[in-house]
Amino acid sequence: MAIIQDMMPAFELFQPASVTDALALLNRHGKEAWVLAGGMDSLDWFKDRVKRPKVVVDLSQIKDLKGIRQQKDGIEIGAMTTLTQVSANSLIQSRYGLLAQAARKVATPQIRNQGTIGGNVSQDTRCWYYRDGMPCYRAGGNTCYADTPTAMNREHCLFEADRCVAVSPSDTAPALIALDAKFVIRNSKAERVVEAEDFFIGPKVDIKRMTVLQPGDILTTIRIPATWAGARFYFEKVADRDAWDFALVNVASAMIVEGGSIKQARIVVGGVAARPWRLKPVEDSLRGERVSEESAELAGQTAIWGAKPLNYNHYKVLLMRNLVKRSVRGVKI
Amino acid sequence: MEWLRWERNPWGQEILIGLSWDLVWVAVGAGALLVVAHAIVYLWRWRGLGAGAAAIRESLLKQLPERILRHSLASRLFHWVMAVSVLTLLFTAFLPIWGVKFPWVTAHWIAGLVLTAAIIFHVIHASFWKGLSLMWIGSQDLTDGWLAVKQVLGSAAPPGKPGKNPLENKLFHHSVAVATLATIVTGLIMMAKVDTPWWHRNPYVLADATWGIIYVVHGAGSVALLTLIMAHLYFAVRPEKRWITLSMLHGWISRERYLEHHDHARWPVGGDASAASVAQPRDAGARRAGAS
Repeated sequence: MAIIQDMMPAFELFQPASVTDALALLNRHGKEAWVLAGGMDSLDWFKDRVKRPKVVVDLSQIKDLKGIRQQKDGIEIGAMTTLTQVSANSLIQSRYGLLAQAARKVATPQIRNQGTIGGNVSQDTRCWYYRDGMPCYRAGGNTCYADTPTAMNREHCLFEADRCVAVSPSDTAPALIALDAKFVIRNSKAERVVEAEDFFIGPKVDIKRMTVLQPGDILTTIRIPATWAGARFYFEKVADRDAWDFALVNVASAMIVEGGSIKQARIVVGGVAARPWRLKPVEDSLRGERVSEESAELAGQTAIWGAKPLNYNHYKVLLMRNLVKRSVRGVKI
Repeated sequence: MEWLRWERNPWGQEILIGLSWDLVWVAVGAGALLVVAHAIVYLWRWRGLGAGAAAIRESLLKQLPERILRHSLASRLFHWVMAVSVLTLLFTAFLPIWGVKFPWVTAHWIAGLVLTAAIIFHVIHASFWKGLSLMWIGSQDLTDGWLAVKQVLGSAAPPGKPGKNPLENKLFHHSVAVATLATIVTGLIMMAKVDTPWWHRNPYVLADATWGIIYVVHGAGSVALLTLIMAHLYFAVRPEKRWITLSMLHGWISRERYLEHHDHARWPVGGDASAASVAQPRDAGARRAGAS
């Protein structure tokens, strides 16, 4: 159980100045090391004393991991670039407005000034049973406290529950998947590039992780190709509060529309599964359709097919349907 | 090294979570040790001893057909269904623990149900067709076992030939039976915690403490099976045991192997001595014993 004392247990802090040094530290300390980005997720864990790493490797001093760079075929965003920098960047605003919009919806200005895009996509789930230190499946135990007749599960998942019913809390993750981003991951042995969609994993594959990041890995860069630059974007987040809150459901869509017909579409919904939930059947059904009330309605209905609500989150089914519908109608942007 | 995993539940109670996975390495180590120990003893004492080839009686040889039925089709089917399901269960259970991540839960419980069905079939088949006495450990088995131990220690007196199943086979069978039954009984209870086409999961049918015991028993059975399967695979591929392994494929053994390794009085086999036939057990009791 979490003991909320606002005092972190002691750990050894390292602030390397290069990725190579950071990787060497992670390699040396193995599973005892914790990678710290902006600290918005990590410090919660430490203060609640649920996670007690012996070594913390703070990436904030690595200049190579910061900044937004235009490339020949898109842009590169350093994983330690703050959410404020992402949302305020003119290139992102003009060509990848979806990401700017999503980043602007994260928490509060103070948190966006400190929180990074790498941290936002890599953060752990916010299931309060898990965050409170209960010995659930995700924490290495053998039960789920959120999926019971009386549990508080209105924030939990509709899809892909597999023992654990927690959801991905990120706002920028659905936007990055919709933009077909690639994530660059480095460890002491090699560098690998994974599709944004494949970066996130559900409990079926690994119940203790939200992403493919392993001990010793650092997410260094996010690459967004030019494929979807300037497309018709839509992002909407519904939360209990307008600020400083995680999404109950969010939706990010990118569409290439020509002559009123949808040529291509990518739609991703957050807050409904342990990973951002890409709606491939909806995307397929929209291809070649005209943007209309009927196609939007059909998209909304298709999106919720297979949803399995828990006791207190049935509202998410309707919320998701309407958000997808609105994303196709394109009320915003 | 820890034996058990404990956690604190929401009510502040220390609860048992399961067996410590450190024991997986103990099980693998025990399996490897058994393999090495057997290989050493074999090279030291048993190689070249033979199993009584010289004692084959020509008169008996002529009375027997070329092929003696050792495993009926039903027994062989059961064995291979069990083999596939147990290997699936072990891979889906331990690979994720060793860091190979994949969606394992559905494959695991389906393999568990297949194994359960196979074992129910085997229990009925063994009880009413094969006869339970086939696996009973009698005083003669114990005497022969003791002689085998003394032989390893240097005694010249060899143990007698066994009936259909030697003592080591019976001991292995009973060990596997205990480990498998422990695993499948607890596994069936654990299915209450996963969604299946027939019911929705309900982890609250039992108290935390009871679940902890169930997880420990399930883990202990699984870890024991790791060692047992390692030993089983080792013996299956040993050159001098290959005829037994092949009999689990074909069903039969040659009459020379039969006379060389088995006591005709303890596993009586008769029948037509024509080359193409497979001998059936002579009387009703032996018929049951022969078709296991």
